[in-house]
Amino acid sequence: MRPIAPLGRRRVAVTAVDDVGAYRVLRVADRSGPLPAAGQFYMLATVQRWGGGGDERPYLPRAFSFLSAGDGELRFMFEDVGPGTHRLGELVAGDELWITGPLGAGFRPPGDHRRALLAGGGIGIPPLAAWASELGSRPLALLGFRDGEHAAGAALIEDQARVRVATDDGSLGHHGLVTELLAAELARDGRCVVYSCGPPRMLEAVRALCAEHDVPAQLALEAGMACGFGACYGCVVALRDGGYARLCVDGPVLDAERLQPLAEDAH
Amino acid sequence: MIDFCGLQLDHPIVNGSGTFDAIAARRAFGDALLADFPFSAFVSKTITLAPRAGNPPPRLWEAPAGMINSIGLPNRGLQGYLEHDLPQLAELPVALITNVMGSTVDEVAQLVEAVGARDEVAAIELNVSCPNVETGLDIGADPLSLAALVRAVRPLARKPLIVKLTPNTADVAAVAVAAESEGADAVSLVNTLRAMALDPHGGGAWLGGGAGGLSGPAIRNVALAQVAAVARRVSIPIIAMGGVAAGSHANDLLCVGAALVAVGTENFRDPCAGSRIAAELKSLQIAGSPSSSMNAS
Ligand SMILES: Cc1cc2nc3c(=O)[nH]c(=O)nc-3n(C[C@H](O)[C@H](O)[C@H](O)COP(=O)(O)OP(=O)(O)OC[C@H]3O[C@@H](n4cnc5c(N)ncnc54)[C@H](O)[C@@H]3O)c2cc1C
Ligand SMILES: Cc1cc2nc3c(=O)[nH]c(=O)nc-3n(C[C@H](O)[C@H](O)[C@H](O)COP(=O)(O)O)c2cc1C
Ligand code: FES
Repeated sequence: MRPIAPLGRRRVAVTAVDDVGAYRVLRVADRSGPLPAAGQFYMLATVQRWGGGGDERPYLPRAFSFLSAGDGELRFMFEDVGPGTHRLGELVAGDELWITGPLGAGFRPPGDHRRALLAGGGIGIPPLAAWASELGSRPLALLGFRDGEHAAGAALIEDQARVRVATDDGSLGHHGLVTELLAAELARDGRCVVYSCGPPRMLEAVRALCAEHDVPAQLALEAGMACGFGACYGCVVALRDGGYARLCVDGPVLDAERLQPLAEDAH
Repeated sequence: MIDFCGLQLDHPIVNGSGTFDAIAARRAFGDALLADFPFSAFVSKTITLAPRAGNPPPRLWEAPAGMINSIGLPNRGLQGYLEHDLPQLAELPVALITNVMGSTVDEVAQLVEAVGARDEVAAIELNVSCPNVETGLDIGADPLSLAALVRAVRPLARKPLIVKLTPNTADVAAVAVAAESEGADAVSLVNTLRAMALDPHGGGAWLGGGAGGLSGPAIRNVALAQVAAVARRVSIPIIAMGGVAAGSHANDLLCVGAALVAVGTENFRDPCAGSRIAAELKSLQIAGSPSSSMNAS
């Protein structure tokens, strides 16, 4: 059974905001929610001034995977990519948020005779860090970043996983794509389940690679969400057997084999 | 208690069709949802005769103080609804209003007859924001085709029949009058306003379905004007909606003549918006706000 959210949104206080390379880590006090499972997410909106940013947005709450949780605190990680994340980036300790969650279905264990292999990058770190910590086995995590400033985000998962980094510009670790590291690792030992989260282009490459190697993969996906609890039917991805799945109730983690090739644009 | 077409409701706040999925919400929030159900009646998402997958993504665009959706009415179809959804919806602590849509009179007739025969269903809402296959016009945009539809399906169910009007028409009150004259028990409005958005990175329409419907605070005052216009012309009860996010917005709609108020997009921001708005409305009514005394005079 997945942890179930308390009914409705609740008002919580920001306890701290830290910069980690190109990212922000937001900590909030949440004493009334249950401990979430890795891959689950929350809908966030500020209590004050949610709106009135670029294009008179944001209006709807935004979905964020939790990075870690415990001791009555939830931690989130994000990068300023639009009016919602920009507003969240303005928060200081003591400011208030509306949160709803934990929502959705997270990762499932690899089962017997297979090891967990984490692959992802960029803003895909939070669910992978939470999963590594839940597994407790210090799994290998292959992480891709644009550049060194973004690669600093790897620090957020280093305590829970053995990290190998790739950067697009070669400023740190392997010069190239994380899927090159993944291909080598799958060729070396394919008895694994791949857990992945990252930008759409990366997820599609991971999906295709795992399909090619006949390795099961669980992907933590993203889609534009209005509600996060199944109300709007907005957050769908196309399934291989036809039809669509709502990411907020059936996902955000889905088995790669259920999916059609993923759209590679920012949609 | 409020009497709405014979249904006894605890308060005047219901949900807009397609903006709250009680089955999914129960998965997300557990049985606490039943103990504190946000609405005094539950309106189901539109169902059609055949199952529909809905539109390709992206389905959402955030607009200034609102959103545009192009969901495309995904649903299990009539059989799927009756077999899968209805038993679960029957567990809700409130009356169930089932919303249906068809693209021909015959399709709507089959839906109304089948849904109307079920004890679990307290009332039927007809979504008429659907293009007529012959004329290409929305059935609900034209008083004559709407009248023909209501005339044909009204006798097929003994339950209250609510006609959900489209705002995308020249004279919404004329359509409401047509619905009333053919025996509709109530009208509801507004549905979403036709809208579109372009992909900021170029390449045409953002929404997978091309165009969509605007909802949320952005349409609040449009809705108020349309509800007022309809209330002046019909005497059947009105379920009013459009951009309601607080008790005062609901109060405004009641002041211009609505019997019930539906909350739509605000549910996405606040899953318990229904209970919150009902409570805010109640305290406004107790305090005797200027607008409610205006209503009484
Ligand atoms: C389950 C889940 C977990 C997530 N976890 C994280 C996380 O841990 N950290 C993190 O940083 N992000 C996370 N995200 C992504 C985050 O929710 C989105 O990036 C969010 O949209 C950012 O909001 P914004 O206003 O800053 O940017 P937006 O303006 O929403 O821009 C983000 C993208 O949305 C599209 N867009 C642009 N304008 C509009 C518009 N008007 N309407 C609709 N779409 C538009 C574009 O493709 C753009 O690139 C997660 C998403 C999901 C679904
Ligand atoms: C995502 C979404 C889905 C909707 N689906 C339906 C639907 O299936 N049937 C229907 O009659 N109206 C549907 N509507 C319209 C709403 O019920 C309501 O009429 C409209 O959104 C205006 O109210 P609001 O501004 O409070 O959202 C939908 C609206 C939204 C935003
Ligand atoms: S975000 Fe609304 S249904 Fe998933």
